[in-house]
Amino acid sequence: MSEAVLHDDHHDHKPTGIGRWLFSTNHKDIGTMYLVFALIMFFVGGAMSMVIRAELFQPGMQYVDPQFYNSMVTVHALVMIFGALMPAGVGLANWMIPMMIGAPDMALPRMNNMSFWILPFAFTLLLSTFFMQGGAPAGGWTMYPPLVLQLGDGLPYLVFAVHFLGVSSIMGAINIIATVFNMRAPGMTFMRLPLFVWAWIITAFLLIAAMPVLAGGVTMLLTDKFFGTAFFDAAGGGDPVMFQHIFWFFGHPEVYILVLPAFGVISQIIPTFARKPLFGYTSMVYATASIAFLSFFVWAHHMFTVGMPLTGELFFMYATMSIAVPTGVKIFNWMATMWKGSMTFETPMLFAIGVLFMFSLGGFSGLMMGITPVDFQYHDTYFIVAHFHYVIVPGIIFGLMGGIYFWLPKWTGNMYDEKLGKLHFWSSTISVNILFFPMHFIGLAGMPRRIPDYSVQFADWNAIISLGGFAFGLSQLILVWVVIKCVRGGEKATDQVWEGAHGLEWTLPSPPPFHTFTTPPEVTDATAHS
Amino acid sequence: MSDSHGAYFIPEPSRWPIVGTLALFTMFVGGGMVLNGYISNGQYVLGLGFLALIYLFYGWFKDVIDESLAGRYNEQVDISFRWGMSWFIFSEVMFFAAFFGALFYTRVLSVPWLGGDSVTNTFLWPDFQAVWPLLTTPDMSIAGLESKYMAIREVIPAWGVPAANTAILLSSGATVTFAHWALKNGNRTGLCWWLAATVALGFFFVYLQAIEYGHAYHELDLTLNSGVYGSTFFMLTGFHGFHVTMGATMLLVILFRSMKGHFSAHNHFAFEGVAWYWHFVDVVWLGLFVFVYWI
Repeated sequence: MSEAVLHDDHHDHKPTGIGRWLFSTNHKDIGTMYLVFALIMFFVGGAMSMVIRAELFQPGMQYVDPQFYNSMVTVHALVMIFGALMPAGVGLANWMIPMMIGAPDMALPRMNNMSFWILPFAFTLLLSTFFMQGGAPAGGWTMYPPLVLQLGDGLPYLVFAVHFLGVSSIMGAINIIATVFNMRAPGMTFMRLPLFVWAWIITAFLLIAAMPVLAGGVTMLLTDKFFGTAFFDAAGGGDPVMFQHIFWFFGHPEVYILVLPAFGVISQIIPTFARKPLFGYTSMVYATASIAFLSFFVWAHHMFTVGMPLTGELFFMYATMSIAVPTGVKIFNWMATMWKGSMTFETPMLFAIGVLFMFSLGGFSGLMMGITPVDFQYHDTYFIVAHFHYVIVPGIIFGLMGGIYFWLPKWTGNMYDEKLGKLHFWSSTISVNILFFPMHFIGLAGMPRRIPDYSVQFADWNAIISLGGFAFGLSQLILVWVVIKCVRGGEKATDQVWEGAHGLEWTLPSPPPFHTFTTPPEVTDATAHS
Repeated sequence: MSDSHGAYFIPEPSRWPIVGTLALFTMFVGGGMVLNGYISNGQYVLGLGFLALIYLFYGWFKDVIDESLAGRYNEQVDISFRWGMSWFIFSEVMFFAAFFGALFYTRVLSVPWLGGDSVTNTFLWPDFQAVWPLLTTPDMSIAGLESKYMAIREVIPAWGVPAANTAILLSSGATVTFAHWALKNGNRTGLCWWLAATVALGFFFVYLQAIEYGHAYHELDLTLNSGVYGSTFFMLTGFHGFHVTMGATMLLVILFRSMKGHFSAHNHFAFEGVAWYWHFVDVVWLGLFVFVYWI
């Protein structure tokens, strides 16, 4: 007890040295580690996409052999999803949720540290496969058998890396649930929670329900390969398609695991810069929950061409369409929040508005693909690549980046360079559209995905796409520069940082002391989110 | 029980998370080496990781128990643990759901399709009959003994050892509840005896399961390698048996702690958490008994 009390008395008493990070039980430090790790992996995965775009710059084989190209495609996806996007979302959650609900830390701080430290080790397992006999996974991030089972020595490490990442995610999710349900300050009722917190509770439930299923699926891959089981082998009575069902039962909720935290972020940003309370708070909560619930009943829309019974095709088509309803509610509410607001367009707001436009574009192409008969045309073409990259890059990543700009002054105590921030936004926005928009055209024209060479008719658009890709990659260096510059100094941020900001986190100093809310604040309607 | 300052408990920096990460990492590296055929070196790495994991469990739980006994936990910490344990169990349920899903998918869809409800049957294995339990696999209808899978002589009937095991696990669910009642009444002797009975029943279940596995492998030719019946059978019962072993070990630790008098009538979350886990293992078994053995 004595030490705990000591911590409370000396608010900025921090552990020092490497031990501060290795043994941390502090949500802010762990949040920082998550965010830094995510940024590093964003560049690792990004470098792989640069290899892909360099190879596709011209038709014919240029720089890498097809096997390595396939590894690039596969590992790019795994790194971006599990190494960049999810950790970035968890990093924001770690930093912000305790401060938003008036808690001193996460509910289970030691487990919190373990869920972070698993990540670098899990990616060591995954990336070490590049140096093994048979190379890195090259059968696509979806790991479909029997193709993935042809992988050499890398297979067990691919499977174990997925297990390891699953352990990390489940621990993180349990922690978020325990924190929000148990650590809210007095008066912080559920319907006063900031929407970012709501988005994260719902995401946490998705994680707990989806990740173990993936773990089970990859375990069956492992036993099929090494222990003679026949889960995915028709000759033994199993079915390779069964893996696809198991995988996408995880995989579709995973899409919402990625996107909901980003939605949560922009639900914080838009009211702040529109200087109006969020329109339709309650409907936002229910819409988010509905999206999450429905996400468990749509998985087979990833498999329309696999030969399912017609009933299945129809069911999954209608279920998929129905997700557009709650998503539409959210988009409507964000727009209605801005309606007649006194808006200003600082970098976070630009990113949030970027999400509204470009995520919706990805959403619309998603609706197109949800229609079973036409999906037969789009399946496995660049149209699909265009769709999910619109959702992920200017949707999720822009949302997370908006969050970084939004909270960076709170974290560091310094304002970031607004000019550079705007430059980052505009160069990213322009290049991301050059990068992904033409993929719709070449996809509809029939260019297949995951192939290192293509017919010459696609050459012009591919060259343009690659240029957009390189420009987008370079633009992200601006982000690194902004972050480093902001950490090192700059105009001092006020506690509230933004004129229109409301909520507990903005009542704390910028930067907040090492331990915050060691005595719980009293929350009323006036001090809750706006 | 709570400190004077706002009543929050935040643990000091701890080395256990990184030890746990390293332990799991070492096990994964070693396990991968063994699977890839570097068995002699791999098993040492795997063993080292396993020892580190035991060290982790010992050390981490020792810290938590010490903190608890020192009275540093308040009711809020207790509730956090409850949230944590219950959602951990839910994640375990979803893990089993993947294998139950595989069982239902093969029984309801893939085996009937292979047996004639789809063109696969016509083109690949026209002589394959869809029956459950699936004693012979599709490729045996062509390859015969050359098949990569082994034909099953006979499957394990529900109303033998499995039924006995059902009775054992259900009784152990009752005995752990009697232990809980004794604990709540402050009757430590009753608590220890009922717990000991639960632990004994748990390990007896595992023992019978091991005998049954031996019988399946040696007399019935029911193995992991006997097509999708063997695959689903051993994965479901195997992971369940592993969880029973874990649960019984956890109960054993709780028994020792009860004998030392760690629990009071009002403060005994560790007992309850393990009891929840035990009931979860019990319920999964009921699913197994019905869907794997019985119908």
